[in-house]
Amino acid sequence: MERNQMHTQVANTRKSLFDQGYLDDQFIQLEELQDSSNPNFVEEVVTLYYRDSARFLSNLDQALEKRPLDFSKLDNLMHQFKGSSTSIGAKKVKTECTHFRNYCSARNAEGCKRTFQNVKKEYTTLRKKLEAYFQMSRQVGPVETACQAR
Amino acid sequence: MMPSSSGGSWKSSGAGAGDGGVPDQFPAGLRVLVVDDDPTCLMILEKMLRHCNYEVTKCNRAEVALSFLRENKNGFDVVISDVHMPDMDGFKLLEHIGLEMDLPVIMMSADDSKSVVMKGVTHGACDYLIKPVRIEALRNIWQHVVRKRKHEWKDFEPSASADEQKPPEEPDYSSSANEGHNWKSTKRRKDEEDEADERDDPSSLKKPRVVWSVELHQQFVAAVNQLGIDKAVPKKILERMNVPGLTRENVASHLQTFLPHNSKNLVQKYRLYLRRLSGSPLPGGMNVGFMGGPDAGYGSMSSLNGLDLQALSASGQLGQLPPQSLATLQAVALGRSNNSKSAIHVPVIDQRNIFSVENPKSRYSEVQSQHLNNSSKQINLLPGIPTNMEPKHFVSLQQSGQHSFGSMNHQILIQMGGQSQSQTQSQNQVQSNTNAHHGLRQPVLSNDMLTRGGVVDVSTSVYNPVVSVSQASSLVDFSMNHKTDSSGSSYPLGGSLGIPNVRATSSALQGDGNLDTKVSGRRIVPSYDVFNDLNQNREWGLQDVGLTFDQSPHLIQVGLDASSPLLLQHNHSSVSEMGGQNRNLASGKVIFSPGVEARTHHNGSNVGQQRNTYVKPESDTDGSFHNTLYSELYGQDDLLVAIMKQQQQGVGQPENEFGFDGYALDDLPV
Repeated sequence: MERNQMHTQVANTRKSLFDQGYLDDQFIQLEELQDSSNPNFVEEVVTLYYRDSARFLSNLDQALEKRPLDFSKLDNLMHQFKGSSTSIGAKKVKTECTHFRNYCSARNAEGCKRTFQNVKKEYTTLRKKLEAYFQMSRQVGPVETACQAR
Repeated sequence: MMPSSSGGSWKSSGAGAGDGGVPDQFPAGLRVLVVDDDPTCLMILEKMLRHCNYEVTKCNRAEVALSFLRENKNGFDVVISDVHMPDMDGFKLLEHIGLEMDLPVIMMSADDSKSVVMKGVTHGACDYLIKPVRIEALRNIWQHVVRKRKHEWKDFEPSASADEQKPPEEPDYSSSANEGHNWKSTKRRKDEEDEADERDDPSSLKKPRVVWSVELHQQFVAAVNQLGIDKAVPKKILERMNVPGLTRENVASHLQTFLPHNSKNLVQKYRLYLRRLSGSPLPGGMNVGFMGGPDAGYGSMSSLNGLDLQALSASGQLGQLPPQSLATLQAVALGRSNNSKSAIHVPVIDQRNIFSVENPKSRYSEVQSQHLNNSSKQINLLPGIPTNMEPKHFVSLQQSGQHSFGSMNHQILIQMGGQSQSQTQSQNQVQSNTNAHHGLRQPVLSNDMLTRGGVVDVSTSVYNPVVSVSQASSLVDFSMNHKTDSSGSSYPLGGSLGIPNVRATSSALQGDGNLDTKVSGRRIVPSYDVFNDLNQNREWGLQDVGLTFDQSPHLIQVGLDASSPLLLQHNHSSVSEMGGQNRNLASGKVIFSPGVEARTHHNGSNVGQQRNTYVKPESDTDGSFHNTLYSELYGQDDLLVAIMKQQQQGVGQPENEFGFDGYALDDLPV
């Protein structure tokens, strides 16, 4: 029963991530890639994303410190970061990235800096949520094994 | 990350069977190389591709990807690359791959702006995926592989199957080493082998070929003309063409189509091309596959032209003229035609076809009378020209020649003697050229041939079957002229001349109605006058032939098959000298490939001898021409048989200098 409850909890958590717009369909694509041969695929990908994308954020931070701002460089960096975020389905992060790029093309330094803060915020928030989600999922274990364990 | 192994089922089966032979596991096992600097994306893509049952190799740097590809030329079927990468722009990688490996490349990016997508298209990407990429999008990437291969295969399609399945059709072309009598068989074997080799060779099979559309071909021709034949090396041509996504290899391959050495393939290609033109509305009329095929279909076409020329020239002396002579004649003719400013594009049509060597003299007379009587379009297919053309080619040539030759007035398939060609604007006369060639090489090809030989005067029309529709028309005209003139005998496919391309010419000539219609009225009327001219140009013979791209001796083999390297051989010596002269793209834009010369060493050793006679039809670009001609080409087995007979009878020494060995135009050292 607990397991079932936990399953339900996990399911609900997952659902809320989608409902609240943190994740989009791409995340489901990742989930579909997960199989018995690679049972933690989604988590691995997300982990890789956070590890790799950190450099973009630090680079963006540095670039935003420069005066004058190199908008094209900023845009370039953000483009890559956005691509990465999109690939895991980080919806809100992606949205903020788009705002950032818009400000870049408008050469709006303030807008860039502001939205960049949003980007980082969403990025961090999602990470926490996903970490919690994965942890929960791991506890519950794969549905099959869980059933079998029973 | 190790490059995937040559992975087997997907490749081999696909390769072996052509477009139809997909492995059971298809598309499973498709070997994909995915390049993306983003490790997250890379990981996801790899997983997705594996879920599609593809063999995946991932790479996060473009340079590494290139080295993978270079090390394993046949190791991958498709490449997926991101656009934005730090070490190399994705489009640059795309270009590299296209130039070096010619694999289908799929671009992807989070950037979905139209401009970027367009850039992908113009750079030659097969597809453009917007990130995030879904697995569904990846499942279908196999279509790009199949599509490319299919294009390549198309060239071989009929020929391949024909070669394989209808060996009897092909005359037994003996190798250059053999006497004319044997050249048929040898040649055929070689052809088949070549075919097989090409088929089996995964790299050749797998490599997608550029589709040489009419426009593209015209650009190619323009580039070649600008450069001048002697300077028209693939690299420079490529630069001038400035076509994104086009590789040097594509250009080289295309160039090779005009090399006579590859007559067999050329014929096949030409056939294919014609069929396609007639059968399906090919964009631009130029069958890309045709062109791009490993055999450089154009080659066939040129040889066709060449054949016509040769046929004409050989008309008088089929048995006597060595194939090379004929080729020379063609070359000369072509070169001459250049004088007339008709860019004679002598597609390297399997000249064998052109020359139906049944009965040199009789044929010749027949043709001649017919042609001579005709308004001018006479294709003198020297009966004696030994041609390596397959019987079917030959036949088709003959037939086609009949009806369409006339139309080739302005098309100079073979402007053998340049001079005459100019005259023969209205008549495709290759005679003079032929003679010239003959003269150079062997007295055999005497004026008789010229006079008699139905030299197709391609001078007038720049026959550039390969390049453009108009050119195709030229080629077709060749046959067409013939057609009008004589029903079948019009092309005495140079058995005597042993011009392998004769057959092709015949085919061209025979192009029948299709040609006529398609060719927009350009009929190639091989006129025997050309041969006369050739006579005059005897000395010149070789020289004119020298239109070559230096490196490509095989460029356009004036239909001289191994056994009958009439012209080529002849040219052999003089080629080098001639070279300069014929290099007149400007004048006639004739690329005469002396490939005829050394059949044995066609690949390269024939450089001197083989000239790429690129006859560019002055006027028309009648794509249909190609189709028609080609279809005609393939239809006429009788002609071919006739030619073969002729050759055996008449061709003395087939020195097979026509480098028809290799049909691997691509191999030509450009």
